Amino acid sequence: MKVLVAVKRVVDYNVKVRAKGDGSDVDLNNVKMAINPFCEIAVEEAVRLKEAGVATEVIAVSVGEKACQEQIRTALALGADRGIQVETEGSVEPLVVAKLLKGVVEKEQPQLVILGKQSIDGDNNQTGQMLGALTNMAQGTFASEVKIDGETVNVTREVDGGLQTVQLKLPAIVTTDLRLNEPRYASLPNIMKAKKKQLDVYSPADLGVEVKSHLSQLKVEPPAERQAGIKVEDVDQLVDKLKNEAKVI
Amino acid sequence: MAASILSERDIEFMLYELFDAENMTLRERYSDHSRETMNAALTTARAVAEKYFVPIRQKVDTHQPTFDGEKVHMVPEIKAAVDAVIDSGLAAGAADYELGGMQLPSIVADTVTVYLTAAGSSTMGYTTLTNANANLIEAHGTAEQIERWVEPLRSGRFAGTMAMTEPGAGSSLADLTTSARKAEDGSYRITGNKIFISGGDHDLNENIVHLVLARIKGAPAGVKGISLFIVPKFLVNSDGSMGERNEVSLAGLFHKMGGRGHTSTALNFGENEGAIGYLVGEENEGLRYMFHMMNEARIMVGHSAAALALTGYQYSLAYARERPQGRLPSAKGAGSSPVNIIQHPDVRRMLLAQKAYSEGAFALCLLGSQLMDDTRTGESEELRLRADTLLDFLTPVIKSWPSEYGPRANSLAIQVMGGHGYINEHPVEMFYRDNRLNPIHEGTYGIQSLDLLARKVPMNGMAGYRVFVSEVEKTLEEASFQPELKDYAVELELAVASLTDTTNQLLHAMEHEPIDLVLSNSVKYLEFFGNVVVAWIWLRQGIVAARALADDPHEADRDFYRGKLQALRYFFRFELPETEAWAKLLVNLDSTSFDMQESWF
Ligand SMILES: Cc1cc2nc3c(=O)[nH]c(=O)nc-3n(C[C@H](O)[C@H](O)[C@H](O)COP(=O)(O)OP(=O)(O)OC[C@H]3O[C@@H](n4cnc5c(N)ncnc54)[C@H](O)[C@@H]3O)c2cc1C
Ligand SMILES: Cc1cc2nc3c(=O)[nH]c(=O)nc-3n(C[C@H](O)[C@H](O)[C@H](O)COP(=O)(O)OP(=O)(O)OC[C@H]3O[C@@H](n4cnc5c(N)ncnc54)[C@H](O)[C@@H]3O)c2cc1C
Repeated sequence: MKVLVAVKRVVDYNVKVRAKGDGSDVDLNNVKMAINPFCEIAVEEAVRLKEAGVATEVIAVSVGEKACQEQIRTALALGADRGIQVETEGSVEPLVVAKLLKGVVEKEQPQLVILGKQSIDGDNNQTGQMLGALTNMAQGTFASEVKIDGETVNVTREVDGGLQTVQLKLPAIVTTDLRLNEPRYASLPNIMKAKKKQLDVYSPADLGVEVKSHLSQLKVEPPAERQAGIKVEDVDQLVDKLKNEAKVI
Repeated sequence: MAASILSERDIEFMLYELFDAENMTLRERYSDHSRETMNAALTTARAVAEKYFVPIRQKVDTHQPTFDGEKVHMVPEIKAAVDAVIDSGLAAGAADYELGGMQLPSIVADTVTVYLTAAGSSTMGYTTLTNANANLIEAHGTAEQIERWVEPLRSGRFAGTMAMTEPGAGSSLADLTTSARKAEDGSYRITGNKIFISGGDHDLNENIVHLVLARIKGAPAGVKGISLFIVPKFLVNSDGSMGERNEVSLAGLFHKMGGRGHTSTALNFGENEGAIGYLVGEENEGLRYMFHMMNEARIMVGHSAAALALTGYQYSLAYARERPQGRLPSAKGAGSSPVNIIQHPDVRRMLLAQKAYSEGAFALCLLGSQLMDDTRTGESEELRLRADTLLDFLTPVIKSWPSEYGPRANSLAIQVMGGHGYINEHPVEMFYRDNRLNPIHEGTYGIQSLDLLARKVPMNGMAGYRVFVSEVEKTLEEASFQPELKDYAVELELAVASLTDTTNQLLHAMEHEPIDLVLSNSVKYLEFFGNVVVAWIWLRQGIVAARALADDPHEADRDFYRGKLQALRYFFRFELPETEAWAKLLVNLDSTSFDMQESWF
């Protein structure tokens, strides 16, 4: 069974991001970048499937500028077998990413596609679902457990009310939630081995996709600074404030 | 409060802006590398540090290893962390590919170690000591010894120690009494007692390889009669399988101020027949081999002191940004709201001092790492020789300055946090205790100062000193092109002139005045020298920052570089001027300490 995993290059979770002075975007200049944490979980799940003898090949794909090859190689160092970069310029919105991934799915014919449920930069939570719609594949989102059973996969989903398990026919799409697994880190020898693994580059045209933008970003600004709190004198004052100032009760 | 273990931005600055780590990929040995692979190694170090080291550090500190008369017991988390370092390849970052290493340039491999040390210095101690042990056997052992011992040390099956110190021989190894007797089969029987041996007993690994200094029966007295032996806890059969228990026994554990997870042992060798030991290299050459390793170990001591200073700075900085307390003197009325303590200039003074000490120390140690690499992989014979001369000369400073100023930085981290820094709900008091070892082991502060003044400075017609001064001159020249650095360049030039003058006067006095008097202020000389070296390192950082600022960087970088220039300013305003007072003491051969009589105390 072939597994395709999507990985995205995002700002490292440790970095405190800033808006550019002119408010046009987040300032990414010289900022440490890393693989999106949810994608890391996706890679881990795929590699575990391979180690368990369920998957035969794990392919890591990323859509982005050349720099995203770094994150593909991270996935290769974690255990993916080969990589694909779909080369695009600037930021691409979820729908375009989903279309490009669809192109890769058609080329590679994976039985399972694993994606992060969202990326920590855009927080859109859309790509996996859009890919499901475009490819007509079954989808199990927000997975906290994935079990392959012959021609089907059982996906336990984290939903508001608790856990929900769905059974999907393969080929299927899974998006990962935080509790699915705890990703490994790349061992130093594997970092070097990853350099020798195959990494193919496609253009959107190769996949028959035209990159179009449907969204425009108007403004990026930092959240308002939190104001210092005050100490209330007694319960009455608290209730009064909740009623009349905060208007929540 | 989320404090980083280390500043990622500062690591970038050190590796790729101040030192050109990427340039190392031009050397054959590192040709597979790129900034990407180097950063990937650091990412793994951070992951292991965050997952296995930080969460256990308080438990490791409060649950010291115990000895029940049979075995050593320690919290199991230490083994998990040590294993994670080995399994991830972080223990052998600089080692050859064939030995499971990643062939990282020293400057990157040492930064990896700094990451883990900052997150858990006492747990990391097992790995760094084992590496030092393996390096020594690799450099001076026979092919058979390398196969037998180095391979399992590198793969993490065995651990290694350095067994030098005895109850009666600490600073003065010349007086050690552990003895060795040659047996018929060519091996030796070792008898004696060693103390303070770090990692001397534990069950973290299958076997422990002690490198023991001992005196062969009939050897000359003093340092000329010391030999080095491999003495394993368990003998190893010729097929590599584990044999019988050797005569090495644990007499007891020491309980320490800091570094508490790392067992500190009193070991008895050969209570009956003598422990079986194997000679390394030639008889009576042991101290020379040990010094080879100690020079590397001394640079690692510097790194370790810098690591703890850096992480304490990061921690107290994050605290100071969030702790509201007090008002500025200008604030009117009790109704005004308190400010975060970072708003108090005195708190900023303490943070700046920590920044200046810790980042100055780290850059100095990375220079040591780079020079160590240059001595081995430098492109030309000339470069290798020059690096060797400079490194050998600077080693006492690379070991000592961070060891002295690192704990000072940690003391300031406590002070920044007030009462909250003094209690163990925060780790800064532990950092201080852990760091306090560094000016003691691998040659005390005092011993290092004597090594510098009496040996390293006059050696080979002051060859090391001259290379150092020519390096400083290069920096002064570069700084002269940066308007905002001109004044600092002048101050450093004056300080170097004063250092040279002081040095010449002291060397002259060493020939004409009582030597005990001339050397009685050697620690002040080390401090003078150290502050000049660190001022130079800060000026080098300033040049990089000033150039980057001239290119109009984006906002976060602008702040970062301005911070560098401000720490430079702090060092030149608050620390470097002290050297004037020390110069006076030194050239006057001030005899205050020398004249003090025991009975006057
Ligand atoms: C936690 C810890 C771990 C250690 N790990 C190891 C280890 O793994 N292996 C090992 O072999 N050893 C180890 N040591 C021992 C360490 O190297 C010694 O403690 C150190 O060399 C100092 O020796 P000492 O303690 O006997 O002090 P002493 O030599 O008694 O020194 C006491 C004081 O006298 C001063 N002094 C001594 N001689 C002179 C002199 N000639 N001139 C001027 N001043 C002098 C010193 O500077 C010091 O201030 C460890 C020690 C500690 C505390
Ligand atoms: C072991 C121990 C025993 C103690 N015993 C007692 C006791 O018996 N009774 C009792 O009442 N208290 C006791 N204390 C509390 C102690 O007096 C406080 O910790 C101390 O006053 C500092 O306050 P803080 O810890 O809140 O630090 P903070 O006030 O938060 O200070 C943090 C840092 O900010 C600086 N700072 C704060 N305000 C200003 C300002 N306006 N200008 C410039 N710098 C400023 C401080 O100098 C310090 O460096 C004890 C504390 C400890 C650790």
